[in-house]
Amino acid sequence: MIVRISGEDQYRLEESLHERLNQLDNAVLSAIDGNDEDAFNASFKELLDYVRANGQRIGDEEIETSDLILPPDDITLAEAAGEFTGEGLIPD
Amino acid sequence: MAGLTGRMSTVVKAKVSKLLDRAEDPAETLDYSYQKQVEQLQNVKKGIADVVTAKKRLQLQETSLQQQVVKLDTQARQAVSSGKEDLARVALERKNIAQTELQSLDTQVTELEAQQEKLTDSEQKLRAKIEAFRTKKEVIKAQYSAAEAQVKISEAATGVGEQMADVGLAMQRAVDKTENMKARADAVQELEAAGTFDDITALGPGEDDIDRQLKSLSSKSAVDDDLAKLKGELGSGDGGGGAGQLPAGAEEEPATADPAKEQSA
Repeated sequence: MIVRISGEDQYRLEESLHERLNQLDNAVLSAIDGNDEDAFNASFKELLDYVRANGQRIGDEEIETSDLILPPDDITLAEAAGEFTGEGLIPD
Repeated sequence: MAGLTGRMSTVVKAKVSKLLDRAEDPAETLDYSYQKQVEQLQNVKKGIADVVTAKKRLQLQETSLQQQVVKLDTQARQAVSSGKEDLARVALERKNIAQTELQSLDTQVTELEAQQEKLTDSEQKLRAKIEAFRTKKEVIKAQYSAAEAQVKISEAATGVGEQMADVGLAMQRAVDKTENMKARADAVQELEAAGTFDDITALGPGEDDIDRQLKSLSSKSAVDDDLAKLKGELGSGDGGGGAGQLPAGAEEEPATADPAKEQSA
């Protein structure tokens, strides 16, 4: 499975790690839903660190399409919460 | 994944297909994609230049504010040593405002530097991907039949398209941040124009009370110094007092002259 951290790199991760990634991702979501800034920062960092620690970085010269894309590491809770409702992080 | 990751992936993928779908004829995908890639690289360069310009402007403001802080601090010290607590207070108040603005500018310059670094990094990554795409398409053309090659090249185009979408995201964030900083720089400039950080002897035309007080203070202390010097030269307190009375006596002359005339009349 290929995971991109936006603004950073792509990583190749074992399929077996999918479940753990899902758990970490859900923790981030519940922090967003609870509008809990500290929990958001902590859980999001944990998710990114997990990918960086367990994935193998894909070289810049390799062209791969990602299975999953994570927001950039400096995203704020407000951005994450508003990301998919309004204009979104990605402009047209 | 239904979480944040899933949402983000969906948004980016939609963006990528939007980037690529504009080439209606599949045969055009390659040319179109490559053209978009080159455009994107140019945009990133422009984005980096914008961030650098915004950063330089903030740094200039920082330098100017730092000078004001030093000046105001000196003036506060002068005022205190002259026993003018109210003047010292004004200078210190302005110094504090300037220092607060300085701290805020500092944070923002640091943030812009981070943005600049990210964009530069993004530009290098995109450049590497575009190079790889160019090489790959030649290899694909040589190894596969025309129909297969088209599919493979489209896949590669999608991969580079994702990189392009990602760079687009980094750019948008940098632009947003730069806009915020510009607004901030404008606000600081307004404060400067309003004289918030001016040193207290440079209040412009029409000088205010503080200005006059400070000037009279320094001239008064200069007179005191001169007087003390004179006293020292003449060697006695009485002699100094006598010298001080000279001008006063001269002023009184016309007044004494009139009664004298009256008396003689």
